[in-house]
Amino acid sequence: MTRTISFSLNGEQVSAEIKPHHNLVEVLQREFNLMGARESCGQGMCGCCTVLVNGEAVSGCLYLAAFVDGAEVKTVESLAEARTQALSPVQEAFIEAGAFQCGYCTPGFLLMTTQLLDRYPEPDEDQIRHYLSGNLCRCGAYPEIVDAVKLAARKRKNPRPA
Amino acid sequence: MATSITQGGQAAPGAKVGGQVGRSLPRLEARAKVTGRAEYTHTMRLAGMLHAKIFRSTVAHGRIKSIDVSAAAKVPGVYRVVTADDVRKVIPSPYYGPAFHDQPILAIDKVHYVGEPVAAVVAADPHVAEEAVQLIVANYEELPAVFDEIEAAHNKTLVHEELKPAGTFADLKHLKGRKGTNVALDFKLRRGDVDKAFAEAAHVFEHTFHTQKVLHLPLEPFASIADWNESGVTIYSATQGPSFVRTEIARLLGWPENRVRIKVPYLGGGFGAKLYIKMEALATALSMIVRRSVKVALTMEEQFYTITRHPSTFRIKTGVDATGRITARKCEVYWNGGAYADVGPRVAQKSGFTASGPYDIDNVWVDSYALYTNLPPAGALRGFGIPQLVWGYESHTDMIARALKLDPIEFRRKNLLREGRPQATGQIVREVQLEAVLDRVAERLNWGKPLPAGTGALRRGRGVAVAIKAVIAPTTSVANLTIAGDGSTTLYCGTIDMGQGSDTAMAQIVGEVLDIPAETVRIVPRDTDVTPYDMGTLGSRSLYHMGHAVRLAAEEARAKIKAMAREVGEPEGSNIPLPDLFKKKFGMQAGNIVGTGTYKPDYVPPDPATGLTDNVTPFWMCAASGAEVEVDTETGHVRIARLVTAVDCGRPVNPKIVETQISGAVLMHLGFTMFETMHIDAGQVTNASLADYKIPAMLDVPQVMENEAVDSHLASGPFGAKGVGETATFCVSPAIANAIEDACGVRLTSLPLTPEAVFRALRVQANAPLEDEE
Repeated sequence: MTRTISFSLNGEQVSAEIKPHHNLVEVLQREFNLMGARESCGQGMCGCCTVLVNGEAVSGCLYLAAFVDGAEVKTVESLAEARTQALSPVQEAFIEAGAFQCGYCTPGFLLMTTQLLDRYPEPDEDQIRHYLSGNLCRCGAYPEIVDAVKLAARKRKNPRPA
Repeated sequence: MATSITQGGQAAPGAKVGGQVGRSLPRLEARAKVTGRAEYTHTMRLAGMLHAKIFRSTVAHGRIKSIDVSAAAKVPGVYRVVTADDVRKVIPSPYYGPAFHDQPILAIDKVHYVGEPVAAVVAADPHVAEEAVQLIVANYEELPAVFDEIEAAHNKTLVHEELKPAGTFADLKHLKGRKGTNVALDFKLRRGDVDKAFAEAAHVFEHTFHTQKVLHLPLEPFASIADWNESGVTIYSATQGPSFVRTEIARLLGWPENRVRIKVPYLGGGFGAKLYIKMEALATALSMIVRRSVKVALTMEEQFYTITRHPSTFRIKTGVDATGRITARKCEVYWNGGAYADVGPRVAQKSGFTASGPYDIDNVWVDSYALYTNLPPAGALRGFGIPQLVWGYESHTDMIARALKLDPIEFRRKNLLREGRPQATGQIVREVQLEAVLDRVAERLNWGKPLPAGTGALRRGRGVAVAIKAVIAPTTSVANLTIAGDGSTTLYCGTIDMGQGSDTAMAQIVGEVLDIPAETVRIVPRDTDVTPYDMGTLGSRSLYHMGHAVRLAAEEARAKIKAMAREVGEPEGSNIPLPDLFKKKFGMQAGNIVGTGTYKPDYVPPDPATGLTDNVTPFWMCAASGAEVEVDTETGHVRIARLVTAVDCGRPVNPKIVETQISGAVLMHLGFTMFETMHIDAGQVTNASLADYKIPAMLDVPQVMENEAVDSHLASGPFGAKGVGETATFCVSPAIANAIEDACGVRLTSLPLTPEAVFRALRVQANAPLEDEE
């Protein structure tokens, strides 16, 4: 049994044929070729599959695609500026701070950091650690990720002159 | 043949660009990784590809009486259900492995562990395949099983009736296994006369240490896609060793290697899990059977049934003279290799070289046994057995210092291997900064000043550990490099970038030799049709071996540039831009300069009877760690207040990446030290998921973590470099256990150091053991 869902994906109105058991990650990958949200643990424990639905981070491996009907969905692919593909301050900060190794978990950390800084533009170290405690990085880039979040906060506060 | 080394660390003559080695250049692939565009096998799709899901054994050891696939085959959408009988029709002898050809693609006649693949369902929709797997029914005649490594060493229960050595790798050619036992390899090292030395020693100490079964747990689970037809097979795979996969698949198919193509995108972590051959053989067999491309992508749970680290038992005995010199050390190590050898024999042998530690000891006896048991297979995990051994010998060394009332650092310093002295194997130790790493850790811990002991129930303590490792030998790396008519440079090398930053480091070496910015060098994605042979991305060997091959390829290209300049009449020392040089030579933007480099260091295999050799390794790695902890004696909870690590990695090619390698390695081992453990009940892993198997997260990072690469320059290394991927893993566990004893007087001899383990030990110490304590 399939049904059609329509939603906003990274700012564009889209629709997809889905089955009730399809999760958001597989639909993003299969129907839209967006590979940034990835399944890893399949249990919502690791954060590799993080996707923003109506501005809230969800675990895309557990989140049924049917639930995004009519919603606004954002993935890591939306972080760079659409026209110029200029990186966001959070993406830049992750590169400059060396905040990833294999990169598999990085999209989840980028989205959670973006959400953190949207809500708390100047987080302290404790806030950063707690906010990102649901995302796992087996390469152990945590110290550099904390540095990157602080750097991103500074970048967002003082944007580089164009 | 070892190749001569040139120009350690100097920029090319007439350099304008400046030194590329030593730059903290961000990773070349950084943009792809932060935009979500970096490609991984687990998310890769081919047009028309089918998906396979695996039906796994539910018993630890048993004869397969029947497999009923009829209900599964009837599920709408199922393309094919496959068992070993089908596999044998396309691959008559479907056994693989790097040390023994012992692992069947799907179980044949017998199953050897819970979780072993028994059948596979192929369907266009992975959900359909998964559903059909649930409908397969297998019946087994259960056989006695053996799980513990000590039992396996002495027990009559045999995991395998027959042992089939592979003979593939140069360092494992001698492998035979011991017939009628569970011993896949027994490595012996005999130096001096330990019995005599023990008899003459002022003090003799003997302890036994254990390590638990833990998992690599790369966040990208195993995945391979095979696309077979009569003329060749292309395999896309998350592998750390495409050259070995190619050799092994070619052998299974009876084909020449040039009909087997392995393509590897970025890896979402490896840590040794994705070495040798994993899902590639099954994917290939399935593709041959269904004549379509087939993807085998595991779930996180299935990783627990694929490859793990070796649990181990380490019995260690040390003789010390009246002056505090270690005179003898006897090491018996039992490695629990699980049901298939994988690379366990190499773990047992290579780690055996340094089982007696970084100390200058005249009398050494090492027995290191790789054993089969009925558990999920064990292989290499970031350190090739060294962290398990260091756990034992550095806990033991601390216990000796404590018993003799010697300062733990002074006792170590007194016994450390010095430059020019023979290591246990007999090789003279050169260029390993053992004293420097220990000194730096001591300084950072303010060792000279006493640490306040804490107040009330909270007790503070500190501990250190120091370790050495011989890099694996003998191994070969080959690199090719081309320069196009516009002067742009492309590097072809088989080292896999799984997060360690090797692409960036290799580009820096090319940049250094050719005097061009490293970020202008293109690294070709790994593809055995175009990237030449490499033994594997493992054991911290790549920067040294492939680094040299890359250096040689670039040097050859540089020499050809000079020759071309002479040929077209340029004066000596001309700085003609490359595009102009090519135009002068070819009349237009055309042609190529091709450089190639091969590197294989010398090696003398250890004598089989004594384990002795004067050339066991091209270089030594070493590290020291120190920990300050606070133990809550009412709960057993250990807070790590400070964790300090110093490593010798030669000259850092990319200091920023080296720093992240050190801290990442420390954090991974913090998990293995403090909480990670696979719980196993009658062979069944009972916590095979991230919900039940915790790995370090943001809140587990110690309050203070300090990491350092000490000043070092390996004369034989490419621009002075050694490898670094594993080094910082060595000392974390014993440093923390030593600090716990310093804090509250209890000694733990098994990992992990959980609050429960600490609390139980505290209760035993207080003569009030918990009621269920034996």
